[in-house]
Amino acid sequence: MNRPDYQSVGKSVRKKDSLQLLLGKPVYTDDIVPDALVVKLLRSPHANAIVETIDTSKAKKLPGVVDVYTWEDVPNERFSNAGQTYPETSPYDRLIIDRHVRFVGDVVAIVAAETEEAAEKALGRIKVTYNVLEPVLDFRAAKDNPVLVHPEDNWHMLCDLGGDNTRNLVGGTADSDGDVEAVLADCDIVLERTYHTKAYNQAMMETFRTFTQLDRYGRLHVISSTQIVFHVRRILSNALGISKSRIRVEKPRIGGGFGAKQTAVCEVYPAFVTMKTGRPAMCIFSRKEAQTCGSPRHEMEISVRLGANNDGRIRALAVNTLSNSGAYGEHGWATVGLTGHKSIPLYTGSLEAFKFTADVVYTNMQPSGAYRGFGATQGQFAVETIVNELAEKLGIDPIVIREQNMVREGMAMPAYYGEVTNSCALDRCMERCAELFDWKAKYPVREMGNGKVRAAGVGMSMQGSGISGIDVGSVTVKLNDDGSFMMLIGAADMGTGCDTILAQMVAEHMECSVENVSVFGADTDASPYDSGSYASSTTYVTGMAVEKACTQLKEKLCAIAADVLECKPEELQFEDGCVLRESTGQKVSLQEIAVKSQCSNREAPEATAMHSSPVSPPPFMVGMAEIELDRETGVVEVLNYAAVVDCGIPINPALARIQVEGGIVQGIGHTLMEDVTRTATGKIRESSLFTYRLPTRLDTGRINVEFENSYEPTGPFGAKSIGEIVINTPAPALTQAIYRATGVWHRELPILPEHILLAKPEE
Amino acid sequence: MSVIITFQKYVRPQSLEEAWELNQKKRHRIVAGMMWLKMGKHSFGTAIDLCDLGLGEIEETENEFRIGAMVTLRQMEKHPGLAAYSCGAVEAAFKDIVGVQFRNGATLGGSLWRRMGFSDIVALFMAMDSYVELFEGGVVPLEEFVNMKYDKDLLVRLIVKKQPGAFAYQAVRKQRTDLPSLNCAAAKLGNEYRVVVGSRPARAMMLRDEQGILANGITEESAASFAEYAASTVPVSGNMWGSAEYRKALVPVLTRRTLMALGEVL
Amino acid sequence: MEIKIKLNGKMVSDDIPADMLLIDFVRAHNCFSVKRGCETSSCGLCTVLLDDQPVLSCSTLAARANGHSVYTLEGLQEEASEFVGFIADQGAEQCGFCNPGFVMNTIALLRENPDPTDEEILAYLSGNLCRCSGYVGQQRGIRNFLNSRKAQEAERE
Repeated sequence: MNRPDYQSVGKSVRKKDSLQLLLGKPVYTDDIVPDALVVKLLRSPHANAIVETIDTSKAKKLPGVVDVYTWEDVPNERFSNAGQTYPETSPYDRLIIDRHVRFVGDVVAIVAAETEEAAEKALGRIKVTYNVLEPVLDFRAAKDNPVLVHPEDNWHMLCDLGGDNTRNLVGGTADSDGDVEAVLADCDIVLERTYHTKAYNQAMMETFRTFTQLDRYGRLHVISSTQIVFHVRRILSNALGISKSRIRVEKPRIGGGFGAKQTAVCEVYPAFVTMKTGRPAMCIFSRKEAQTCGSPRHEMEISVRLGANNDGRIRALAVNTLSNSGAYGEHGWATVGLTGHKSIPLYTGSLEAFKFTADVVYTNMQPSGAYRGFGATQGQFAVETIVNELAEKLGIDPIVIREQNMVREGMAMPAYYGEVTNSCALDRCMERCAELFDWKAKYPVREMGNGKVRAAGVGMSMQGSGISGIDVGSVTVKLNDDGSFMMLIGAADMGTGCDTILAQMVAEHMECSVENVSVFGADTDASPYDSGSYASSTTYVTGMAVEKACTQLKEKLCAIAADVLECKPEELQFEDGCVLRESTGQKVSLQEIAVKSQCSNREAPEATAMHSSPVSPPPFMVGMAEIELDRETGVVEVLNYAAVVDCGIPINPALARIQVEGGIVQGIGHTLMEDVTRTATGKIRESSLFTYRLPTRLDTGRINVEFENSYEPTGPFGAKSIGEIVINTPAPALTQAIYRATGVWHRELPILPEHILLAKPEE
Repeated sequence: MSVIITFQKYVRPQSLEEAWELNQKKRHRIVAGMMWLKMGKHSFGTAIDLCDLGLGEIEETENEFRIGAMVTLRQMEKHPGLAAYSCGAVEAAFKDIVGVQFRNGATLGGSLWRRMGFSDIVALFMAMDSYVELFEGGVVPLEEFVNMKYDKDLLVRLIVKKQPGAFAYQAVRKQRTDLPSLNCAAAKLGNEYRVVVGSRPARAMMLRDEQGILANGITEESAASFAEYAASTVPVSGNMWGSAEYRKALVPVLTRRTLMALGEVL
Repeated sequence: MEIKIKLNGKMVSDDIPADMLLIDFVRAHNCFSVKRGCETSSCGLCTVLLDDQPVLSCSTLAARANGHSVYTLEGLQEEASEFVGFIADQGAEQCGFCNPGFVMNTIALLRENPDPTDEEILAYLSGNLCRCSGYVGQQRGIRNFLNSRKAQEAERE
């Protein structure tokens, strides 16, 4: 369990880059690269159109304009921008520039210019005539619509996942256990509800940006704000038709990602320019581009049928999800799976049968991608809310009904690929959260006068820790000349602190201080292969690679020390940060080994290890929200949010806590203020931070976070993931609180003040 | 680099006359705080900056406040005289406008000149006995100014006469620093009651108590009656910050609440 | 046009386009701490001190700053160092991209109001968006700094 004798693990050490960041040092892409051509994109004003003619001659003649590229200039080989392990589950449906533009904002031309002014001017001088086609803007009507988003012949998928471009299908999925219909028929009460969530934007503070140049070997050198250096290398190789050996991708510090940068949203454009011109090129997305041509959450409609007995026992769940992938299919199939696989298993304790079906459709809207929570968020909003609806209908406290039905440690979860919960403190999370929040006092609806009312709600959650059987994490740990350590990783710290967390693990294994472990990453030329930082994988998967690498390194250090002591390596062991010969009491320090390693030595003092997990142990979480709702204006103020999380053993409690707080606030934003609406022609209205309202520090209320530890035997030091689960509970908890205050269930997010004020009570 | 706004020349006139002359020319434009100007795409020839004209001061005399066009929102928000006179309504109206840095840049002149419907500033000062001093047009009541057409005149300052009175301000926002879905300022100036409803989203509209609903003071009942009157009088429509239906529902609520808040400071 | 700005205490003159924004001017003069997060004066990332007042450099003309003093985080390292460690102890810097604007505005807050209440801190910093931290860790960091400073002052007395 949580061993008190750990020196580095379980400690809230500062992030290795913290003072660099807080003191504003130049560490991000745009701060560190040399002057480069400015790359700007001409974007389609139409949701569905064919470029009939495009005349770039006037633009090309402008002073400072280096070149302008159109669909005629790019390879006709389709690829996917999705940062996923090969073979990707996303369709190969993109060209660098396609003659067929499929959403408002799709790329029509690439401009390369010496200055931003020249590039902007050139955009205005390109003459395009479009054959405007009818768009598919209702995702409910997309499947088998006569209008095809991808009518082209060379659309293809690498795996058969139900994708079919002749039916506007990105993919589909189905899973079941037991006879749901029979159990539903036998239940005392069956609820059937439909929920709708929007294409929320990650809105990381640093928009998408990529710099490219040819290095001294003439290879394409890419510096990008990305979570996935190795996948970007593959994507560029596919898109440009050049060998991976000709491409190097590295990331500096990243100004936030949340999954947005798990898709190669902007990399191909400057890369194409550099390949064409041989010159350094830089593409920075404006905030408007990030809002309207990025890679946001999949909009989903989720229908749930829940069967229960009057005593509160939940016996059957049927979940059907329709996911809107937009114009391209990145992460579509992968995301939708989580809407069922990460929601239904929460009720493993009592479920007798479940059924999960899903379709992912193409529409002529902004393409979606990965966003923290990755489908689980949408699915849990639906399932957690229907459970709250059940509780309110039966007059059972929603905590009690969960305690009656929830998954517990040691249970096999049929809706989660049969995985067994080796570590699960969900029950303790619920109990502790109720205490911390003072549920007994806050759950009852309280009239505050002047139209104000206070109420509370609850939600629980699970996520995964990496993608089981797929994600790989790798590290190289080396002994430096002076006895300190260097770790090379391919995982991407995007502010989460994984550089530091992995260094803490190295320090614990190698029995040294965290300061003595330097971290480098991520760079495809130097880092060992890692799938990258997504799917809550880095601490759990890459953390296990650290353990393996350190074990191997210790053996190598013993072998070198054996040379120093002129004995057999078997006589030696690594102990207290040095190598010990127990029989004689002789010790060889790391410095001595380091010195020896540089002279007449045949054993490299470094080890690279790779890890992949056959399971993806879920972290668990409970969140409770207290609001004050103004019945006369519909305005909701979040007063208190309490959360208790089981992420196994937190490696760095301070960083884990910030993950929780940050995730909760994003969840509050999605539930109460961030909206995505479109005009009749498919243009997104919330195209800036002026109209897409992120929570400010005045909108968050008091947030109180605690941990209930469990010990995950397959994880490093008992750890599971934390990065994604934290975003999931606000939607159901706040929705319930709003119901308690108003008597109305809002089944579409966000729930804006005007929705509350204008809602009619249900029959 | 951003090229959302482009112009070729920047001038700082040294007198109001010079500023006015420059502003008569084609493709010349006065830049104030640049906060709102920057949100659209604009291209013009010469930017006229009024920052050297000494318009960055708030003068308080026994009878009035004289607030220069280049005074920032933050200066007004922190001005003790304005705070005291407005019963705290200046701070109430300004505090949720984006953030301190924004309010350090945004100017009174910029806010008034644009006459934007959502303006917390316009709504509040309309409830006071306020006048706009225009270089050419002279002193014009703010209430009149907000309905004037955009022209090439120059806004020099705002004059607020210190009528004995009290003020209250409230707004409804879907997020704390967002534009208001509706805002409302209420005042008692001498014996006159004023209620200004803004962010309808059209320009703020002033209601006077012509029917004497509040003649016997502000009570729950009289505030509610006035709110009904407002609901039947104030036209609203919809935009991204609220549908017409929502605003219609908010008008009486906010009117009543702001009047009740006014009652508390009377 | 020719302008002179006292940038981080040093006089800098430059020939700039009339429409250059202050953010682009300071970045062109190696003050890379100043970040652009939006185009709509909404995020606070580009906060600098213009004559000691925090302003949005993305919405301020470089020409307006002609003859004035501008400070970016590059010029206030010492003052920032007094408290940023407390933010680091919370891990609340996270991705760091909003940090310079947040730190600059916190400096302005503490100069103006050395002993702010929690509500005053929230109000003053409300124009500084952060998508990672959820804000409460930043708040704890500032509070811990103020408490530690008070304890030190009390000790000295």
